[in-house]
Amino acid sequence: MTAFLIVLVIILFGITVLQMAKIFGMSKTPEQLGESSEIASDKDNNINGWLMLMFVFVTYAILIVSFWKWGEVLLPKAASEHGQGIDDLWLISMVLIFFVGFITLWLLSYFAFKYRGNKNNRALYFADNDKLEFIWTVIPVIVLAGLIIYGLFTWTDIMNVSEDEDPMIVELYAYQFDWRARYSGEDNTLGEANVRLIEGANQLGVDTSDPNAQDDIVVNELHLPLGRKILFKMRSQDVLHSAYMPHFRAQMNCVPGMITQFAFTPSITTEQMRLDEEVMGKVSRINSIRRKNSIELIAKGEEALEPYEFDYLLLCNKICGTNHYNMQMKIIVETQEQYDAWIAQQATIATSLNK
Amino acid sequence: MSAHAEEHAVDDHGHHHKETFITKYIFSTDHKMISKQYLITGLFMGIIGIAMSILMRMQLAWPEEPFVVFEMLLGKWAEGGVMDPSVYLALVTIHGTIMVFFVLTAGLSGTFSNLLIPLQIGARDMASGFLNMVSYWLFFLSSLIMVMSLFVEAGPASAGWTIYPPLSALPQAIPGSGAGMTLWLVSMAIFIASSLLGSLNYVVTVINLRTKGMRMTRLPLTIWAFFVTAIIGIVSFPVLLSAALMLIMDRSFGTSFFLSDIFIAGEVLHNQGGSPVLFEHLFWFLGHPEVYIVILPAMGMVSEILATNSRKPVFGYRAMVASILAIAFLSTIVWGHHMFISGMNPFLGSVFTFTTLLIAIPSAVKSFNWITTLWKGNLQMNPAMLFSIGFVSTFITGGLTGIILGDSALDINVHDTYFVVAHFHLVMGISALYGLFAGVYHWFPKMFEGRMLNKNLGFVHFWITVIGAYGVFFPMHFIGMAGLPRRYYTNTAFPYFDDLADVNVVITIFAIITAGAQIVFLYNFIHSMYYGKKGPKNPWNATTLEWTAEVKHIHGNWDGPLPEVHRWAYDYSKPNSDDTDYMIAGQDFIPQDVPMMENEEELHH
Repeated sequence: MTAFLIVLVIILFGITVLQMAKIFGMSKTPEQLGESSEIASDKDNNINGWLMLMFVFVTYAILIVSFWKWGEVLLPKAASEHGQGIDDLWLISMVLIFFVGFITLWLLSYFAFKYRGNKNNRALYFADNDKLEFIWTVIPVIVLAGLIIYGLFTWTDIMNVSEDEDPMIVELYAYQFDWRARYSGEDNTLGEANVRLIEGANQLGVDTSDPNAQDDIVVNELHLPLGRKILFKMRSQDVLHSAYMPHFRAQMNCVPGMITQFAFTPSITTEQMRLDEEVMGKVSRINSIRRKNSIELIAKGEEALEPYEFDYLLLCNKICGTNHYNMQMKIIVETQEQYDAWIAQQATIATSLNK
Repeated sequence: MSAHAEEHAVDDHGHHHKETFITKYIFSTDHKMISKQYLITGLFMGIIGIAMSILMRMQLAWPEEPFVVFEMLLGKWAEGGVMDPSVYLALVTIHGTIMVFFVLTAGLSGTFSNLLIPLQIGARDMASGFLNMVSYWLFFLSSLIMVMSLFVEAGPASAGWTIYPPLSALPQAIPGSGAGMTLWLVSMAIFIASSLLGSLNYVVTVINLRTKGMRMTRLPLTIWAFFVTAIIGIVSFPVLLSAALMLIMDRSFGTSFFLSDIFIAGEVLHNQGGSPVLFEHLFWFLGHPEVYIVILPAMGMVSEILATNSRKPVFGYRAMVASILAIAFLSTIVWGHHMFISGMNPFLGSVFTFTTLLIAIPSAVKSFNWITTLWKGNLQMNPAMLFSIGFVSTFITGGLTGIILGDSALDINVHDTYFVVAHFHLVMGISALYGLFAGVYHWFPKMFEGRMLNKNLGFVHFWITVIGAYGVFFPMHFIGMAGLPRRYYTNTAFPYFDDLADVNVVITIFAIITAGAQIVFLYNFIHSMYYGKKGPKNPWNATTLEWTAEVKHIHGNWDGPLPEVHRWAYDYSKPNSDDTDYMIAGQDFIPQDVPMMENEEELHH
């Protein structure tokens, strides 16, 4: 209510100022009618023409400075087999748009500078040129045809999962505001589940009478064996979420009422990734920032930040509620042996629920 | 029809209607007044929308830092000056809604369609002045409800401007999905009614009320753009209305259009069989054409302003019209590129990638034609011209990243990151705003009876804004490519993103500077409304009909008979037959109502 009153006061104040201005205006002598000084003069044309030339250089400069300063914050190399394909396509598209962008922005600004107005100049009456227009219609058509075909092959490769590859099936389960993973166990088949069966410790609503469900394993940390194709089946308990795994170039929405899927093959273990030069650089930069922030925190009598160690992440990337910004799960990629050892220690549904 | 209108107007001439304050300024049926009403309402909403973006930027740059301004403006949602996570999402939602619908749809297209359609085609007014008035007042009502929703106890709608259910359908999921969301839906339903009434009126007016000689092929590109925009609006807005109605049913009457298998706040909901993906399809069937509803009028005005200030015909008039039509057609069959990873069939993703990348072709043609329009011109660097050049620049830089996002394979990893935010802000937000500014600087004398905006303030406004906008959105691509999701209240929950903190500070500083430059514009606007210097009747030496109309706003626009059109709108610097001077000696433009001269050829159209 106070906010509303404040807004009202501001509006009324604005009206008062306007009315006052109007009254003062009436007491002024009317300005020369017909004066056209608000139209750009040759001097304005000249100044703004030069500024236009500078503008393109400033644009390039902002871009170059961004790359120089922040090029290193970008994601490290893809940690999945299909990710390399995406990164290659990304690079090709980037080179293309930089090439086109640099040229067109240059022409735009250079023409604005070169042909800045002057009383003695005459513009060229040049309304049409079919040949020119044909050329710059056909070139984009050809280039885009190439991009479309390349893109569609990459897309189809990623999205079409064949059962012949015998992927390991893992369920990703999203709810406000956390994740769970359900491994399908020995039989590689997930037991039936529905939110209507959620009760007590059975947080995912698994049908505990389903034989396929007995060996399912529910965890809150995702372990993936290196080099094995993983087929994620995604469910959501309440609202839309999106399972985003940026290092694997993987993302899929989790939709209540349906099961969505995404598959990839991890190609770099967490251990290997931690030794990657780019990642090590990033981690050391992050840690120096955290040390600096910790000094401030300690000065304020608060706890210092823990040092950071690299881990793969699963983030929620679809607005899902108040704590959307902190809905994460750790992903660990390890060798098959390490994975087997880990999974053997986890309790199956049969042991944890059907006691 | 036009002959009839003319006769009627001539009869009218001589006896004046008695106009009261209410009929002149409030319930006016005059298109010029309605356009001013749209503009001022739009600017007012724009101030709210931009102020919200600054609050968000401050939170992102200095997370959980207390600010007095937060406590002042957000009240109980910023106790002690620290912003609450749920109000951050409310700001995201209302900023998006206001900027897309209230500023860039109504404020831009509503203002200039109303002002320019009758004036540029040589009509006395819109086909139906009454419907036009109703359209504005529905828009005003919807603005009012949207602003009122900010004061609801549990907070305004917070599910993002795309209001995907179930988040938007369930108050248990987020507090803003209670009364705030209801008001949002009511406001939008009224907005859609307003938009439809407006669009139908624009289409009928352009088809029926063109003056003698104004063939479709002689229309200025502005009118082509407004005309086609109105058609897209008529095709796509009703679909949003249907989505909104179904969402209202789901929220209030227990239906299950978009809800199924939900367990929330400790209980299972009865809903079964609905699909949130269905809502996404319906929403984006409007949502994607919507971005073209926003950008096409800006394109039309920029084409017009570039030609006028280059003193050259717009290059490739027919290609420009064809590309407007192509963009309009394609815009209705690409909506799925917002949904590549929504869980829809991957084959659909392939189809939408194909159609989406096709849009690059007409867009490229337009950009090349604009650049060629500058080539060998005699550029008059008025503020409107600068903003038009700025438009082409941001349209290119923002449009090019669209080639990446339109590619389903590449979209996987940048979907819903700041890369997307940077892309659409440049290509439709900033570009459309530049179009709006260009239009205001150019047609201000037409709106305010000959008064002009101060050019020096205009230059200051332009240069700070263009540099600032790039300063905001170039770095934003990088944090997107680093994998940072959008709509996060703070990034501190992920140590992995710690090294992005300084980028966010840079972006915020640029954003504050850029928003500050808009105050220069607001001052210029308000001051010039009353004290702006009066310019000549046709200040920019333009060829189009609006500059032949009376400077003083009269009912019916032209004091005498309607002008007759004899040529296209772009006879700038047309040389005479032996190329020694212009067609009219010493005058580098030939208005559309000047008859063809002896030994003059009608070219190119």
